[in-house]
Amino acid sequence: MSEKPVKGSRRVFMTGNEVCAWAALAAEADIMYGYPITPQTDIMQYWTRLAPKYGRKFLQTEDEISAGFTTVGGVIAGKRAFSATTGPGNTLFQEPMSMAEMMRIPTVVIIPQRGGPSTATVIYSQQEVTMTTFGGNGEGFRIVYSTAGHQDLYDYTIKAFNTAWKYRFPTFVLGDGYQAKMREPLTIYDPAERGIEMVKTEPLVGLPGTPGVDRPVQYLRNTYNTEEELYDVVMSIAKDYEKAAPEIMEWQDFDTDGEMDVLILAHGVVSRAAQGALPLLKDAGIHAGHFRPITLRPMPEEQMRQAAAKAKRILVVESAYGQFLKLVKEALYGMDKPIDTLLRPGAGVTAEEIVHRIQEGR
Amino acid sequence: MTREKVALAPHMPKCWNPDTKPHKFCPGCGHGLALKMLGEAIDELGIQDKVVFGCDIGCSLLAWDFFNVDSVQTHHGRTTPVITGIKRARPEIIGIAYMGDGGGYAIGAQHLVNSATRNEKVTAILINNTNYGMTGGQMAPTTLPGQKTETTPYGRDPKETGYPTLGPEMVAAIAREGAYVARGSISNLRQLKKYLKKAIQNQMDGNGFSFVEVLSSCPTNWRTNAEATWSFVEKDMAEYFHVGEFKVPGLKEEK
Amino acid sequence: MAIRIVLAGEGGQGVQIIANMLAESAYAEGKEAVYIPNFGVEQRGGVSIAYVQIDDKSIGSPKFPKADIVVALSNRAVDRTRQYVDERTTFIYDTSLISAAEIAEEAMGIQAIEADPRSQRTTELTDSTKKKDQVKLPENAANTIGIPANDIAKNELHPRVFNIIILGTLLKATAVVPLERIKEAIEDKLGAKFEKNPALRELNYKALDKGMSLVERLV
Repeated sequence: MSEKPVKGSRRVFMTGNEVCAWAALAAEADIMYGYPITPQTDIMQYWTRLAPKYGRKFLQTEDEISAGFTTVGGVIAGKRAFSATTGPGNTLFQEPMSMAEMMRIPTVVIIPQRGGPSTATVIYSQQEVTMTTFGGNGEGFRIVYSTAGHQDLYDYTIKAFNTAWKYRFPTFVLGDGYQAKMREPLTIYDPAERGIEMVKTEPLVGLPGTPGVDRPVQYLRNTYNTEEELYDVVMSIAKDYEKAAPEIMEWQDFDTDGEMDVLILAHGVVSRAAQGALPLLKDAGIHAGHFRPITLRPMPEEQMRQAAAKAKRILVVESAYGQFLKLVKEALYGMDKPIDTLLRPGAGVTAEEIVHRIQEGR
Repeated sequence: MTREKVALAPHMPKCWNPDTKPHKFCPGCGHGLALKMLGEAIDELGIQDKVVFGCDIGCSLLAWDFFNVDSVQTHHGRTTPVITGIKRARPEIIGIAYMGDGGGYAIGAQHLVNSATRNEKVTAILINNTNYGMTGGQMAPTTLPGQKTETTPYGRDPKETGYPTLGPEMVAAIAREGAYVARGSISNLRQLKKYLKKAIQNQMDGNGFSFVEVLSSCPTNWRTNAEATWSFVEKDMAEYFHVGEFKVPGLKEEK
Repeated sequence: MAIRIVLAGEGGQGVQIIANMLAESAYAEGKEAVYIPNFGVEQRGGVSIAYVQIDDKSIGSPKFPKADIVVALSNRAVDRTRQYVDERTTFIYDTSLISAAEIAEEAMGIQAIEADPRSQRTTELTDSTKKKDQVKLPENAANTIGIPANDIAKNELHPRVFNIIILGTLLKATAVVPLERIKEAIEDKLGAKFEKNPALRELNYKALDKGMSLVERLV
C-alpha cells in the first residue's frame, strides 16, 4: 500500500472540487470513472493529477451512461469506485444508478449541481434534488447527503463511501456549483486519525475458487420473470432501507428552542444563508429558527416535524422551483402549518433575501 | 449406464451450468450454438475461475445463468461499459460482454465504438440474428435489405432506414494494433470456436479489444422452417456479412 | 469585521487571480475567507467577476447582494457590477474604462500563474458596449474613486502588472491583510519566475506600491 495522501490533519484553502478529490483519496477510493461536465470537471482533473501518485486509477468514458455503468462495474469488481457528474450528466446517470439501486451496488457519485432544465447554466442550482433522490425507474433507495460547504464536502465524501459500503445503497454527495468553484478554508485529515475506519470492500464477482466447483456461482440479477418475484425483491430492499434509514439520517437545527415565529427550512449551501438570516431576524424582533436536513434521502422527517411543531409558520427556501418543497410537504403531511416559500430556481439565495421575504410576509 | 444412454447424453462443456439445461432459447435459435462454442473455448483455455460474463438485455439475457462462471445482468446496450468497469478495476479478470445486434450496434453503439477506440482489454461477443428477438422481431441495425420484420412489414427499405451495420468492419477500422476482430457463424462451429478462443486469448495476452460477431438464426421471428433458416444464415446473411478475421494482432495485412 | 468585495473586469485582466490572492492571504492571516469566481458560459469573452468575503467569523452564502467595495475595470464591468452598489459601497473604477476590444494580449501579465485558465483568455469580441463617455457610473455609492491603473501600467510599468496595481489598491483600501502577506503570496506564485528574472519581482512590488499609493484606507 502506497503512502497516505493525507497525513494527520491540516488547514487548507481550496476549491470544493479539489476538496472532493482529496476526500476520495483519503477515503481510499480505488478508481474514478467520469465524463467531463462543468462544474464537475475539476474533480477529475485533480484526481488525475493526484491518483497515480497513490496507485489509484482513472478512466475517462465516452459519456455519463458509460461513466455510471463502469462505476457499477468497478464496484462489482470489489473496488471503492466513484464518479462525479451534474445536470444533463446526472440525467444520464439515472439509468446506471437504478441498476445500482436494484442490485445493491454501493456506488458513490458526487454531484455539484448546475442550472436546469436542459443545458441551462454551468453555475449553480439546487434543481437536481428530485432526480438525485428519486431518479430513474426506481423507488429512491439511495442515500443523498446535501453539503453546505467545504468541510461538509470533505467529511461527507469520506462518509459516503462508508455509508454506501455498509448499507449497500448508491450514495450521492449533492453539492452545487458554488461549492465546487469557490475557495474557503477547511481541515483535511486522515480518517484513521479521527477514528474513522473505512468499511471494507468486497467483490461480487471474481471470488477465490472455481464457481460451480468449489464455490457457488455469482449470478447478479436485475431482471425477474414474475410480478411476485419482483415484488419480493423490491420489498426486501425497502425493508433494508427503512431499517437503515434512522442510522443514516442527519440534520442540524439552529435556534429551534422555544416557540418560533418562523422556521426556515433549507438544505445545502442555502442553509448558510438561512443561518446568516437568523441574527438579522433576531435584531428585527423576529424569533426565527432553522432546520437543515443533511440527508435528503432518507429525510429526517420526524426531526423536521418536531422543529416545525414549535413554529407558527414555515418558510421553505431553495434554489429550485419547489423540489425540496415537495420533500418538505411530504415530511410535514398532516401538520397544520402555513408554508411560505422563497423559490429561486438556478439562482443563489442570500441571508438578506431571506430576511426580506420574512419581513414582507408580515 | 448402458452404452445407449451414454451415447444419448448430450455433450456439454464443463463450464456450463447443468441445472439450467436444457436452456431457454427457442428451438432453432443460434444462441445455444454460440454459447456452446464459448463454453468449449472457456474449457479449453481453462479459465472458468477467471471469467466474468456480462449479459445484455434481449435474448442475450437468457444466458445469465448459462455458465458456471460469475455472471452479471446489465441494461440494454450497457454490457460493454459494465465489463469495462470491472476489467479496469480488476485486470486479472477475463471480462466477456455478450450482446445482441441491437445492444451492440444501436443502443450501445457508442460504448462499442469507444471501447474499441480505447482498445479496452475486454472481449465483446455480438449475436447477429438480423432482428430484435426478445421484443418480437423488430428491425435491427443488421436487418437485411428487403427483409420483413414487425417494424418493416413491407421489407427493409434502405432508402428509408439505411443499410445493415457492418460491425466487425467498423470495429476493425477504428481499433488499433492489438485488437482482434472477426465474424463467425453458427454454420461453421469449428471456425467460430477458433475465433472465440482467439478473442479471449487476445484479452488474456493483454493485447487489446476483442470483438466477434456471430451470424445466428432466429426461426421464431423469421418464421422459417429448418431449411429456410439455414439457407438464410448460410446464403442471405453470409452474402452480406462476410465471415472471417478482420484484424489479428501481429498480422500486417488482415482479411 | 466582514468585508465584501466584488471585483470585475474583462476576461484577461486578471481579476480572478488577485481575488484569490487576497482571499488566500486573508485565510493565511487566520481569517475566514470565501472567494468565488463567476463562471458562466459567458466567461469566454465576457465580464469576469470575482466575489470575495473576508470575516472574523464563519461566512454564509458565497454570493451577496451588496458589496463594501466594488472594483470595475472595464466599461462592461461597470454595468455588470452596478447591482452590488448601495449607499455603503465604495466604487473604484479604472479611469481608462477600456472596452473589451482594447484588452491587449500582453495584458495577461501575472495572470500567467495558474488559475482558472478561462479567466486568462483575452477576448476577441468586437465591442458592442458603450463608448467610455457613455458609461454611467453608479450614482448611489458612498464614494466613487477613479484610478488610472491601466495608464500607469502601460506608461510607467508594464501592461503585465495591471492587476497587481489593482491588488495594491485593494490592499490599501481594505487593510485586510498586511503587505508582507501579499508579497508572500506573490512570491509563492511567481517565485520560480523571479529566480530566473529578478527584475520581475521588482516590477511586481513596484506595481503593488503604486496601487497602494492611489487610495487611502477606506474600510
